[in-house]
Amino acid sequence: MSILVVAEHDNSHLKAATLNAVTAALDIDSEITLLVAGSNCSEVASEAASVVGVGKVLLADNPAYADRLAENLAPLIAEIAPGYSHVLAPATTTGKNILPRAAALLDVQPISDIVSVESADTFKRPIYAGNVIATVKSADPIKVLTVRTTAFDAAPTEGGSASVEPLDITHNAGNSAFVGEELAVSERPELTSATVVISGGRGLASSENFQMLAKLADKLGGAIGASRAAVDAGFVPNDMQVGQTGKIVAPDLYIAVGISGAIQHLAGMKDSKVIVAINKDEEAPIFQVADYGLVADLFDVIPEMEQKL
Amino acid sequence: MKVLVAVKRVVDYNVKVRPKADGSGVELNNLKMSINPFCEIAVEEAVRLKENGVATEIVAVSIGPQQAQEQIRTSLALGADRGVLIKTDQDLEPLAVAKCLKAICDQESPDIVLMGKQSIDGDNNQTGQMLGALTGYPQGTFASELKVDGGKATVTREIDGGLQTVSLNLPAIVTTDLRLNEPRYASLPNIMKAKKKPLDETSPEELGVDVAPRVELLGVELPAERSAGIKVANVDELLDKLKNEAKVI
Ligand SMILES: Cc1cc2nc3c(=O)[nH]c(=O)nc-3n(C[C@H](O)[C@H](O)[C@H](O)COP(=O)(O)OP(=O)(O)OC[C@H]3O[C@@H](n4cnc5c(N)ncnc54)[C@H](O)[C@@H]3O)c2cc1C
Ligand SMILES: Nc1ncnc2c1ncn2[C@@H]1O[C@H](COP(=O)(O)O)[C@@H](O)[C@H]1O
Repeated sequence: MSILVVAEHDNSHLKAATLNAVTAALDIDSEITLLVAGSNCSEVASEAASVVGVGKVLLADNPAYADRLAENLAPLIAEIAPGYSHVLAPATTTGKNILPRAAALLDVQPISDIVSVESADTFKRPIYAGNVIATVKSADPIKVLTVRTTAFDAAPTEGGSASVEPLDITHNAGNSAFVGEELAVSERPELTSATVVISGGRGLASSENFQMLAKLADKLGGAIGASRAAVDAGFVPNDMQVGQTGKIVAPDLYIAVGISGAIQHLAGMKDSKVIVAINKDEEAPIFQVADYGLVADLFDVIPEMEQKL
Repeated sequence: MKVLVAVKRVVDYNVKVRPKADGSGVELNNLKMSINPFCEIAVEEAVRLKENGVATEIVAVSIGPQQAQEQIRTSLALGADRGVLIKTDQDLEPLAVAKCLKAICDQESPDIVLMGKQSIDGDNNQTGQMLGALTGYPQGTFASELKVDGGKATVTREIDGGLQTVSLNLPAIVTTDLRLNEPRYASLPNIMKAKKKPLDETSPEELGVDVAPRVELLGVELPAERSAGIKVANVDELLDKLKNEAKVI
């Protein structure tokens, strides 16, 4: 068996989520090929080649793949997939966008968001916002899977020595075009891989008040997250949303500030190692999952914490 | 311009489901069922396209049991013009759903297919992308903004790092994210009117779609429970616990 992992990158660097997908692939089998599809992305291929556990890197360097449009990448993946028993990608917005399209071209039912590998054809995945975990077995000849990154450790980035093989396959559907991107720039660690995450909810009451969390996050070297209510209210941008339909995080320390703890929010953070909840309502459901709960007004607590750290 | 909207009947988002006693599946008896929240947003967006003079007809499609008519009727009450129920008592996988929708696309030739990004029961996030593969239509997934103009759809997508905008030739598939719009409530007169709107019925067999399952559910279980935590009295105690007990700061 040999496994194809679709690498996530921005044409210059490999994204960390790829490393978790490699570990999931290694739970299935030891023969791993990484597909780097992009444009002017040979640097990414060299990074990919040094990831421990990767045996081969396929480099599809072509302007058609520059923006990772699903219309062009899915047929590329579908064309090479029949040489593999499994095709994996991290369950990021990129992986989720592309992999199901490739699977349908292969006439395969993909499995989203796996959190464990039971055997080569059997996997666990959360359903119903993580309220239950399903064990599912695929009968398809090729297993197409997206990997929940928080459930697998990152493979080491140094020490591997895979060969890089150029791939001369062009798919350019011509029916979609990249127009632009507005990416958040932040000095802070990335939300999904940070060891400390401090999230604010509707209780923060304004965008300015998130600055309080920012100061605390800086002291703790943490990232900032938010509930959907905070995003909907326009306090913070969408890429900060944690939850069933936002990002899944599992840091060592998660501090929920002014967040009630709706199941959709819990779905995104309840696998964190230590959870702290700060809420003035002692009945708030967030306290049911918190290791340490503090019933208090966040506007008193946050400045005090920041000052005492 | 014709818009097709795919609406799924799911357990209401406020319901916390549990495994059946024998762990063979999720206990669904007597639970409140609703239209999948993302599908409701898809219907709302279709209605706004019509109100803005972009769309002329909205067809709401659901694949499911007879009761899925309720979710189609809801869509009709919100402003869809007619409905199609693809009736099946089997719980179809996204690939099979996409194949059914492909058959409807062949019949209806829509200009835009609006769908949810994810059903909140299976949390698959697959069907729109798969329909894209089967029809060859381009896809704008996780949309937080949609503009339709001059034979193209411009879609702003919510991606991990922020926002991305793509331009798609029509016909195209758009899957909705939560911030695309805020769905309206159906008014009583519209609910009454919806009862008279046409609702056709067909089946996967009639459409010639193979719906044989590919993935077997071996069982379901509750996730690992978190052990009960404690309440701390003040910031000093909290910081002390985090430093000396949990050792995370
Ligand atoms: C389909 C669907 C998907 C969803 N996906 C997500 C998702 O991915 N992520 C997500 O987060 N939500 C999601 N939601 C929304 C979710 O159901 C909740 O509405 C949301 O999480 C509530 O956010 P909140 O806790 O910030 O706000 P609220 O529920 O309004 O809670 C605010 C809390 O702040 C506390 N508070 C107020 N002032 C103070 C103060 N001064 N000091 C201390 N505490 C204070 C209050 O006591 C309260 O508990 C989804 C909903 C749907 C329908
Ligand atoms: N049985 C169904 N009937 C109608 N639409 C569906 C059905 N299943 C999935 N869909 C559509 O596909 C979207 C994504 O679903 P999923 O891929 O299951 O997460 C939903 O929001 C619906 O728009």
